[in-house]
Amino acid sequence: MAAVLALTAVGLSLVFGVMRVVNVAHGEFFMLGAVTAWFVATHVPGPPWAGFLAALVICPLVVGAVAAAADMAVLKRLNYDPEATIVATIGLLYILQQTALTVYGPEARPVPAPFAWSIRLPWFGWSGYKLAVIAAAAAILLGVWLLLTRTRAGLVMRATQVDRETARAFGIDTDRVYAGVFALGAALAAMAAVLIVPIQQAHYLMGHDPLLLSFVVVIIGGLGSLRGTLVAALVIGLSDGVISVFFSPTLAKILATLFVAGVLVFRPQGLFGARA
Amino acid sequence: MTGAATGAGGVGGRDLALHLAVLAALLALQFVLPAYHHTNLARIMVLAVFAMGYNIAFGYTGLLSLGHALFFAAGLYATGLGIVHGSLAPGIAAVAGLLAGGAAAAAVGLLALRTAGVSFMIVTLMFAQAGFLVVLYFGGWTRGDEGFVLQGAQRLVFGLDLSQPGPRYGAALALFAAAVLVNLVLVRSRFGRVMLAMRENAERARMLGYDPFAVKLVALAVSGLYAGAAGAAYALLFGYVGASFASIQYSILPLLYVLLGGAGVVLGPFLGALVMFYLIDLSSSLTSAHLMVVGAALLALVLFAPQGILGTLRARLLPWLA
Amino acid sequence: MTLPKLIQPTRRGVLGGLAAGGALALSPARFASAQSAAPIRLGFQLHRTGIGAAYGRWYERTTQAAVKVLNEAGGINGRPVEVIFEDDGTDPRRGAEVVEKLATRSGCDVIFGALFSHVVIGSAPRAGELKIPYLVCSEGFHVASGMLNRWTLQPGITDVRAQVSSMAPWVTANLGRKVTMLFPDYAFGHDHRDYFSAAVAAQGGEVLELVAIPPTETSFTRYFPRIPRATEVLYHVMVGPAVLTFVKELGEFYGSGGRPQIFGFVDSLEAVDTASPGLEFLEGTHFWEGHCRVKQADAGEHEAFYRAAVGVDDNGASVTDARDVSTYAHMFSCWETLFVIRDAMAAAGYQGPADRQRFVEAVEAITAMAHSREHVQGDKLFNGRTHQVFGHQFISRVDGGRLTRVHTTAIEDGLYPDAVDYTSMSF
Repeated sequence: MAAVLALTAVGLSLVFGVMRVVNVAHGEFFMLGAVTAWFVATHVPGPPWAGFLAALVICPLVVGAVAAAADMAVLKRLNYDPEATIVATIGLLYILQQTALTVYGPEARPVPAPFAWSIRLPWFGWSGYKLAVIAAAAAILLGVWLLLTRTRAGLVMRATQVDRETARAFGIDTDRVYAGVFALGAALAAMAAVLIVPIQQAHYLMGHDPLLLSFVVVIIGGLGSLRGTLVAALVIGLSDGVISVFFSPTLAKILATLFVAGVLVFRPQGLFGARA
Repeated sequence: MTGAATGAGGVGGRDLALHLAVLAALLALQFVLPAYHHTNLARIMVLAVFAMGYNIAFGYTGLLSLGHALFFAAGLYATGLGIVHGSLAPGIAAVAGLLAGGAAAAAVGLLALRTAGVSFMIVTLMFAQAGFLVVLYFGGWTRGDEGFVLQGAQRLVFGLDLSQPGPRYGAALALFAAAVLVNLVLVRSRFGRVMLAMRENAERARMLGYDPFAVKLVALAVSGLYAGAAGAAYALLFGYVGASFASIQYSILPLLYVLLGGAGVVLGPFLGALVMFYLIDLSSSLTSAHLMVVGAALLALVLFAPQGILGTLRARLLPWLA
Repeated sequence: MTLPKLIQPTRRGVLGGLAAGGALALSPARFASAQSAAPIRLGFQLHRTGIGAAYGRWYERTTQAAVKVLNEAGGINGRPVEVIFEDDGTDPRRGAEVVEKLATRSGCDVIFGALFSHVVIGSAPRAGELKIPYLVCSEGFHVASGMLNRWTLQPGITDVRAQVSSMAPWVTANLGRKVTMLFPDYAFGHDHRDYFSAAVAAQGGEVLELVAIPPTETSFTRYFPRIPRATEVLYHVMVGPAVLTFVKELGEFYGSGGRPQIFGFVDSLEAVDTASPGLEFLEGTHFWEGHCRVKQADAGEHEAFYRAAVGVDDNGASVTDARDVSTYAHMFSCWETLFVIRDAMAAAGYQGPADRQRFVEAVEAITAMAHSREHVQGDKLFNGRTHQVFGHQFISRVDGGRLTRVHTTAIEDGLYPDAVDYTSMSF
């Protein structure tokens, strides 16, 4: 699931890169996207693909709006102080989780895939939907890439990242940029979640795993580097499977975790470390 | 947390008197508290010791770690496994727990202190996660997430049965008192002022001739000793050892306690643990949405009292507080 | 959570019982004869939040229904019963604190209801110190293995060791002798691994491969290639929110082509609709069930009564929302445990906390429970020395997306030598 991982991680990386804050609630935005997808998919009439497409549009908007509101109501007032932001996003994490539990309930609920066909090899099955997810994720990532490198909005974001004060002096409303980036990061996580719910059901505690994984990816790729994040997501998504062939899966996870720590200690710029 | 008052100035008798008064009050309280609060307070004191260790790293030295669950778990498991599989006497096992916490912190520090800021947070988080997985991996000994129980006879220290309320409270208070006094001595010592200097301006401290790496390493190791002691105490006082104590949640808890009570204040962690415990306890009686209350409290805290309860008090009213 | 102390509990809105079962109810309540009409307070340690929340919800509903039935039948020793639910967040530390709170603050007479084994093991020491009976509904082997204490009992549900041991003969005789096991890599999964492997070996079968899956896993595809081609029976058990993913990915792996026989614990599908999209491949596979989710053709009067009281339809889903599937294979344990409490309190002449020790002795003295409204899952044998109950287990096959029972084990199939004698321990 490297593709979905990449989407989530890019969202986190973007937020960290531009705003220099660590969003602990990032995984909850992912969860929120999945849960909203369930609501949308069950309330939009018609065939599964209609509900799914609606979810793909509505969920990122909803989640992005929540994130923007959180940014303006809380993070802005903290002046994006790194430590205070962590505490605030932990608070946000609890609130989002509880809201999901109260409104949505504790069950894991599936969203039907928009289509169902699979590719058969004699001993192995691949669901066509999973391939479609990879394609969709790639397309979205390409879109983000273009947005950042080819548009004025991207320019503004990069300018803010490099030097907030100067950007402000040039008449850029950095508050709006920050809110926008925070919302975009959350929306990316939500999109990833919509793509994944037909495979892995929506559940109110589902944000934990993608958060840790995204952390890992962002670090290996170099903090704030989008290109690095992408490469790292692919490498980790694939290598996870490879390592666990040789070791017991728990041991593989231990090694992977220590590896991440090692990268940060010895190669803080990331393994693929060109700074974006 | 921007520029909390350092509290280094004004070393007064008032300060010592306040801490002794708190300890005396805790000593007296055990005779009047109803059973429910009696056990809770013992538990809170143990958790407060853990958070005080965190405060030494974070509040005084400025090291924001997300891996303290590892040090707590090191103490917990060294004690628990030492008793069950190593046939250690409980008293000895508790010392092993204390040392294990310190050793784990020193080992992590040797690597993690090569980084700073966000990287430091994540490196410590990763080490703690690896520790958690190690507990699961050796499920044959640790019983993994299910954990294991220390039976009554395995909790006798110097003839005191720590499963009984009186000795339990006494042991928790003794540990807590020792932790408070050591903490006071530490922050008033020369080394304590160097720690503060590291937090405020590492570059300047370096120019004054202190090695930041060594200072931070010692601070982290002391912090680990506190966490290890708390873990060992938890195993002996409450008789349960399980993997949930190694999970990321237990890295975040001490951070919350410290921020709530006041970073860089000796009694901050205790107050934070106390308030947090009763906040959850009361809100879970009133509503099933108690996580919401906790989340809202955190947001309110960080917005309106970023220095925590005692930090804000110190800034406004009690400049002499250590 | 202080409930109003009503002398006549039949209209107790707080407990929110479901009226459907009331029509069938036993004689109306009369509590006049009791020396004290103050209610008996039972503490329920509930997984309302955290990883166990899907189970907790149904445990709460089942218990509320059972309390309603119990009170309408006259309560306990002529006194009404009230249950105080307290959330433990499915966390062992909070679990111990909840035991403390229920015992010393809410003044409960006994505590019951915990499901997840780490919560049970984390809480039992405190219950033992407080000397309050602690009745768990957890199916873990932790009670009968002897690691807990005299105050901890499991009279409502058979433990994992007995469950898997009693399944093995049928599996090897009907599905195949070469078994590959997929199980979560922690204590609960290890019980499956150890005792099912042993039972298969005892039947002359062979376990080809043990595939342990870390509990934090959310995607499983990469574990399936480790299943040997020679496998005749694939045995799977998973818990947690990722279970549906697990089963779906297993389906993708095998597709519609040839597959081994598949035998799973319904834990892999608790609170999940067996007719969900992506689960078509389960057709013709087998499941263990502690209690048949789909109402079977031969279900009797007790089963109908229980379903109506709890508010579960014939498919095992909520009567108000067909998509809200229950944790049917486990939640009967709350119901049955409550009636064990009643019977033991009656036998002990229970009046108040001073009689707690007599209560435990009364539970220990129970030997058999007959299939009845109180014991809806079926007959049971109780072993007072190991504090563990043993009942029938069911093997069901998925036919047309519904679970149909094909085999019922004998209670004797699951018995094993005692690992502990709690009655020889002091209180």
